This record gives sequence, C-alpha cells and structure tokens, in this order.
Amino acid sequence: MYDFEPNLPPLPGVGYKPQHYRDILEEAAPVGWLEVHAENYMGAGGRPLAQMRALSERFPISVHGVGLSIGGAGRLDPEHLARLKHLVGWLNPASFSEHLAWSTHDSHFFNDLLPLPYTDATLARICDHIDEVQDVLQRPMLLENPSSYLAFAESTWEEPAFLREIARRTGCGLLLDVNNVFVSAVNLGFSPQNYIDAYDLDRVGEIHLGGHDEDEDDHGAPLLIDSHGREVADPVWALLDYVLERSGPKPILIEWDTDVPDWPVLREEAVRADRALAGVLV
Amino acid sequence: MSGADLRGAAPSQPEAATPRDILSTKKPNPVSQAGFLGALRDAELDVPDGLMDGEGRPAGRRFAVYRNNVAVSLREALEAGFPAVAKLIGPENFARAAGMYLRAEPPGSPLMMGYGAGFADFLAGIEALNSIGYLADVARLEFALRESYHAADAPVLNPARLQDLSEEALMAARLVLAPSVRLLRSPWPVLSVYRFTMTPGSPKPQAQAEDVLIARPEFDPEPHLLPTGGAPFLAAVQVGQSFGAALEAAGEDFDLGAMLGLLLQTGALSDIITIP
Repeated sequence: MYDFEPNLPPLPGVGYKPQHYRDILEEAAPVGWLEVHAENYMGAGGRPLAQMRALSERFPISVHGVGLSIGGAGRLDPEHLARLKHLVGWLNPASFSEHLAWSTHDSHFFNDLLPLPYTDATLARICDHIDEVQDVLQRPMLLENPSSYLAFAESTWEEPAFLREIARRTGCGLLLDVNNVFVSAVNLGFSPQNYIDAYDLDRVGEIHLGGHDEDEDDHGAPLLIDSHGREVADPVWALLDYVLERSGPKPILIEWDTDVPDWPVLREEAVRADRALAGVLV
Repeated sequence: MSGADLRGAAPSQPEAATPRDILSTKKPNPVSQAGFLGALRDAELDVPDGLMDGEGRPAGRRFAVYRNNVAVSLREALEAGFPAVAKLIGPENFARAAGMYLRAEPPGSPLMMGYGAGFADFLAGIEALNSIGYLADVARLEFALRESYHAADAPVLNPARLQDLSEEALMAARLVLAPSVRLLRSPWPVLSVYRFTMTPGSPKPQAQAEDVLIARPEFDPEPHLLPTGGAPFLAAVQVGQSFGAALEAAGEDFDLGAMLGLLLQTGALSDIITIP
C-alpha cells in the first residue's frame, strides 16, 4: 500500500512550453517548479528530451499524464504504462499525476478527458487501475478532479466523496484543480465552497489553476469551458484563497495550453499565485 | 450561477454517500463508454439518455462540448503537423480533409507526436484532391520531418574514420545512418513545392522528380535535395548493404564526393562498420 507524501515545493509552478525555454533559464522567479505533459516526452530523442534533461537539473518537475485513460472501461494500455515507467525512471520527477477521466476505447485515443459516472463499479475499476499504475511506477500518484459539462443520472456518489474514497483505498494523493471546481459548480449548479469543504484537502499534493471560456447551454444558462487559453478568472482566484485558508500553502500550477502567451504574461500569473500563497498563515 | 448546494451533506465515509434514486423505483439509464463514443463520433445520433444537466434535464448541447473538444483537438494536431498541406489546399479544405481523416483514423495511441502517419495515404485517396498530384508527397515530407525531430540522438561520424580506410576496406564497410535520417523519393518536385509554400522568396517549382534527404544536425531536421544516384545509394545503405554495393546501386552519374560531403555536414552518418 502506497501512501501519498507531498513532494513538490509549496510555490508557484507553470505548465512548461518549449518557447519559454530561454526565458525560464534567465528569469524564472517566482516560478519554483515546472509541469510537463508526460506524452510530449515519450519520443526517442531530440530537443524535447534534451531540454527536459537540462530543466530537471534546475527545477523540480511534475509529470502530468493526459493519456493513461485511468477511467477507461478496458484495461490500462500496457505499452503506455511501460512508456510512463521509462519516463519516470530517467526523469525521476517530484510528482506524477493523472485525471479522473477516460480517453481511450478499443485502442483508439480521443485526445480529450471524457467524463465518468460516479458509481461503485467505476470506483472499483479506478482503484484497480491506480493500484496498477502505482505498482508499475513504484510510487504514489495524484488524481485530478475533472471539469464537468454534464452529469450522469446513474451516479450515486458526489465527486469529492468519490475522490476521497479513491485516495483512501489506493493511498494516492489528489490534485485539486480549482478552476475545474469552479467550472463544474457553475455548469452543474452547486456551491464551489461546499465542494471544497467536502474535499480531502490533507491529501492534496498540488493545485491547478487555468483560464476558462464562457458559453451557454440549451436553456441560456452559463456553460463554462475549461480551455486553458487565457488568464485565470477573478472568481477562481477568490476560490483559491478559500482553499488556501483551509489547506495551508500548496504547490500551485498555472496551466496555459492554447494561445500560449509570451513569458512575462505567464510569469505574471505565477506572481499572482505567489501573492495568494504569501497571504496564507502557515 | 445557481446557488444550489451539493446534494446531501459532504460525506466523509462511503456509507454516507447519498444515492440519488433512493426514493425512486426507476433505475436511471447507465451510459456505456461505447455508447458515449458512438454519439460523440456521429453528431446525427442522439445524446445518450442518462446524461443530464445539474437539474436533471437532458444534457443536450452540453454533450457537444465533448464532441467539439475531440474534433478540434485532433484537427489542430493535424494542422500543426501538416502546415504546408494546410497552406496548399487552404484552411477550409484542410478542415474538411482533417475531419474525414480523424473520423476514419482516430489516433491509435496517446502519443500525438505520432498522429497523422496515414494522413498522406488518406489524402491520396480523396478524389477531389487528385488534381494536386504532389499533395500526398508533401504530407509525407512533413511527417518525415516530424519523425526526424523526435528520433533518437546518435553520435556523429568523424570524417577521419573514412579517410583512414584503404579503398578495399571502405568498399567492404557498412555506413550507419543516424536514426533521424529519412529518405523520400518523389515523382514530383516535392521539396521545391514545400519550400515555395513555406519559405517566402523560394524559387517556383519546376516540373521534375525530386529525391529528398532529411537529416538532423542537432535538433532541427532539414530537408536536402539529393543528387542523381543519391537516393539508390542511401536506400542501399539503409538496408545494410556494403559501401561498394551502395556505390554500384548509385549508377554512373553519381558524384560520391558531393554525396559524402552532404552526409557528413548534416550529421546523417553516425558510424562506419568495417570488416576485420
């Protein structure tokens, strides 16, 4: 049985983009660690791996998988698990995390995080898959809460309780995406504060923040889309404060994956996260 | 934003979780992942029953968020991987061709760096694009550049190792190409079209066949036009034939000095294996 321990520093981090390589080497502060998508560093060689070797000597690295399909109905892809084991082996990151979602079916990969019904059957399957991942990687992982656009009528668990139970059974930690909480709360009409109150904050090893877009559903109700293509919204920063007051300082990642800005703009988001951390009484 | 709270108090134990259908005799419809995907991939199909908004109404266009995310992310991956093809046929045609391709051949693994291996053949099979004969070969060139970018690193052969060999030893030896080397033979002016499309000021392509070497000196793959005989020479080297056999395959009009110069300058050779 694995037991999660916090490994990333309680500082701002950013999702690493190759166009920021020089900037990060020259003026990273207050960024204290970097996160990369696992699948982008599974090539055989070339610039991506060379950059990651160099950056890993300067910064703690968080490897964030987007393709393991932990919630998939079928078994985990053994080839992909082996690639992950290889990456975690040579890079030795401070943290490995994945999503409460699925993305692969019948060996086809759909490049999106698809939603799951929260049932006892899903719970058992996900726990089996996390056990397998942790056995292969020989370390506990973090599991991230999704952005939801819809709900399953068959669900019998609330999401925070579902995640808490997964962590209890597998010993994994949790990655709390505060933007996802806000997006899901608006989309499904629940209180984000109540969600945070129910979340197992003691097991949170990392926080994510990202920007979202606004749309509408069939009834004209707001429908927020988790796009990672702009600044973090003000109510999400406010929700972060609500989290930090209860959790104490945590590693906070800024995710910006589409329309990636120049380094000073991304760094400014990290500065804002740094101020939020500075306001927390340790 | 609705002020409705999470249903039920926050349970800390599984026993305390609140089943939604506790007072209902009707079992909600379970949604299988196969059913979810079926509707995801075919916008003509109804959104599966059992998917709803926060108030229990049918999910409706909320489901379209997933349809859209999948289609857009795969299309953008193809646009990023095949910029010259996209310029040659224009963004609207490219979006249409990419949409057809991603439905026919979704990625077979989560490594998006490998997505699009079959795109060139798929383009060749689209009748409406047949008038652009070179299009599929341009796609092959772009995919080969991407493969080269992610290929394994390798040492670069020191030219002195060639100069030190007797002619007899050289002819019996085998050249080893770097893993980042790719060879593309085309009946079309594929490299000229690629450069004309991607690099402003490049000369207009002339009607001619072109053979292309892709090599990666450090991290950035570069395509090079191969001289006469270059492609058969490299093809022989690629399959492990001796230097002498490759030279024979290259034919009469082959400029060996120019060829070796190109291979050595671009880091295309990683080793030479001599017979003791």
